[in-house]
Amino acid sequence: MQEAMIKRAVQLLADGTVNRVMGWKRGEFVYDITPAVFTTAEELEKDFVCDDFTQANLSKYLVKESRKEGKILAFLKPCDTYSFNQLVKEHRIIRENVYVIGIPGGPKLDIEKIKAKGITGILSVENENYTLKIETIYGTETMPFSEAVSGKCSGCKSKKHVAYDELIGDDGEVLDSNRFDMVAKLENMTSQERFDFWRGELSKCIRCNACRNVCPACTCENCVFDNPKSGIDQKAAADSFEEKMFHIIRAFHVAGRCTDCGECSRVCPQNIPLHLLNRKFIKDINELYGEYQAGADTTSRAPLNNYNADDCEPSVVHERGVE
Amino acid sequence: MLKISADRLNDLFNRIASEQTLYIPVDREPNTAEYRKYEDGMKLSESLNTVRSAKDFFFPQTENLAEFKVEGKNIEIKDIREESGDFVVFGVRACDARSFSILDKVFLSEPVDSFYKNRREHGTIITMACTRPSETCFCTAFGIDPTAPEGDVAVFADGENYFFLDRTEKGKKFIESVADMLEDGDTSKLEEVKEKTREIMKKLPLAGLGTDSFGGDKLNELFNSPKWAELSESCLGCGTCTFVCPTCQCYDIRDFNTGNGIRRFRCWDSCMYSDFTKMAHGNPRLSQLERFRQRFMHKLVYFPANNDGEFGCVGCGRCLSRCPVSLNIVKVMKTLEVKE
Repeated sequence: MQEAMIKRAVQLLADGTVNRVMGWKRGEFVYDITPAVFTTAEELEKDFVCDDFTQANLSKYLVKESRKEGKILAFLKPCDTYSFNQLVKEHRIIRENVYVIGIPGGPKLDIEKIKAKGITGILSVENENYTLKIETIYGTETMPFSEAVSGKCSGCKSKKHVAYDELIGDDGEVLDSNRFDMVAKLENMTSQERFDFWRGELSKCIRCNACRNVCPACTCENCVFDNPKSGIDQKAAADSFEEKMFHIIRAFHVAGRCTDCGECSRVCPQNIPLHLLNRKFIKDINELYGEYQAGADTTSRAPLNNYNADDCEPSVVHERGVE
Repeated sequence: MLKISADRLNDLFNRIASEQTLYIPVDREPNTAEYRKYEDGMKLSESLNTVRSAKDFFFPQTENLAEFKVEGKNIEIKDIREESGDFVVFGVRACDARSFSILDKVFLSEPVDSFYKNRREHGTIITMACTRPSETCFCTAFGIDPTAPEGDVAVFADGENYFFLDRTEKGKKFIESVADMLEDGDTSKLEEVKEKTREIMKKLPLAGLGTDSFGGDKLNELFNSPKWAELSESCLGCGTCTFVCPTCQCYDIRDFNTGNGIRRFRCWDSCMYSDFTKMAHGNPRLSQLERFRQRFMHKLVYFPANNDGEFGCVGCGRCLSRCPVSLNIVKVMKTLEVKE
């Protein structure tokens, strides 16, 4: 796959279709991959990588990249194409300045899940028939591939590419995923249990803003939480209310626009399951306004930006709030 | 050297905790350790290091400084600082232990930060020698020996016992206070463990990382390097690296409206943020390139320029494992280094 991608990227650079390539660059180890822009065949051949660890969603970078001179080639996994479409819909990505090649998605691996097994000093990770063979400075270790699958892939919603100019590999289908199971579990808790769950999780937050900054739905030029003129800017929570406020406001702001790409939870250094907040909104939107997948297309009206006579009434809030 | 057998470690913890507050690294989830206030039965984490660094004990993320109350034309200013009680931090690694001497250079030089100093005086640091370094470790690049950590007391494990070595007066007093639980031990196996760890350090992927291209005298060539543009291109501008970093020390001072007064507090700041060092005239670093460059210039050039050549990094590897896009100081150093 990686070879075919490099070959095609080199062709598209050579024939002038694009002048840059957005992809992933290999790092010091087998897993520390950085999103990067490549401009030459030499750079691509030396550092371009697409493997079990290339999890990062490249779509958000295209907000900036599609405003530069010339056209950029971007390799997008199925989940990334939803973010891409949503950003096109919001006029954040300039579609004609991007050449999209759809590539097969995961499941990708999360190195933290390998390290959680006590495996350290990792030198290489090979996938041999869905058993990972991990060479370390302390010897060889093995573990099932399935146990190292990234959280963002374990609830995969779709293998289908919703935006592309061409594909490498086959297109897939929208999947019947179990991604709302944990949300349902939270809904079935008492309000006190749910409050305790979220207090426990959100109190771990160090306000690094990684979730916000990686989020393809968060593309404000100046976030209210960074803007001293907004009156609610915070660098740290001054009390326990503020601790929750940031995440809840953010979840509200991306409601109806979040495609459930899972980047927020992937990047959280404190492993807070932030995607559950967004999934709750997605589940509610599905139930109250009918099935809707943000980013599935670039033209439909989003439920929260639309009005239908049979929309739920605001009273739904209290009706559902009763235990 | 005095020792305690591994199966009695919790007895020792209980004893320390009966006299002062004790913090130990505990696994929240596998490989996700954090310092917690010790309670009976808590198990010492086997993770190499905690996600957040040990700097939190002396330089917490938020800290209240003063309260103001305005009534008519009078402003009442209340000093709301809390005097720290005595506390012990157990299990600090050599990298984090060195970070304290770096932070001391900032907070204990004139004008002395009395909030920091207060906690520093009340805290006893018990370090623990490393035996299973990770691929992300590079403390040796900064002259740190992970088998001989600094701190008030250094602890060495040989698998069966924990050995205690005092390194400061405070450490000596600490060992005396628990001496009745310790016994003389044979350290021959310990030397083997240390030797083995040193051999592993030499084989680590980052073992050859050099610092010759950096330092206080390299300001212009590094600042003006064209490579910052490419290096900073993928940076998300989040503060993860700065907040998990044991040596990042920048803070902001803010006022919070409590509803019946103003509380002035300080909180960690990050040079990655768009409003970092924002002043009346605006922000001195408008692009992510400039902000990204600031962080590494501070650690590799400005800090050594002002502190006898000491770098502002201890090679703990936290930024390597936590950056959402895997950018980190090692990649920066390798990209900028001048190869002979």
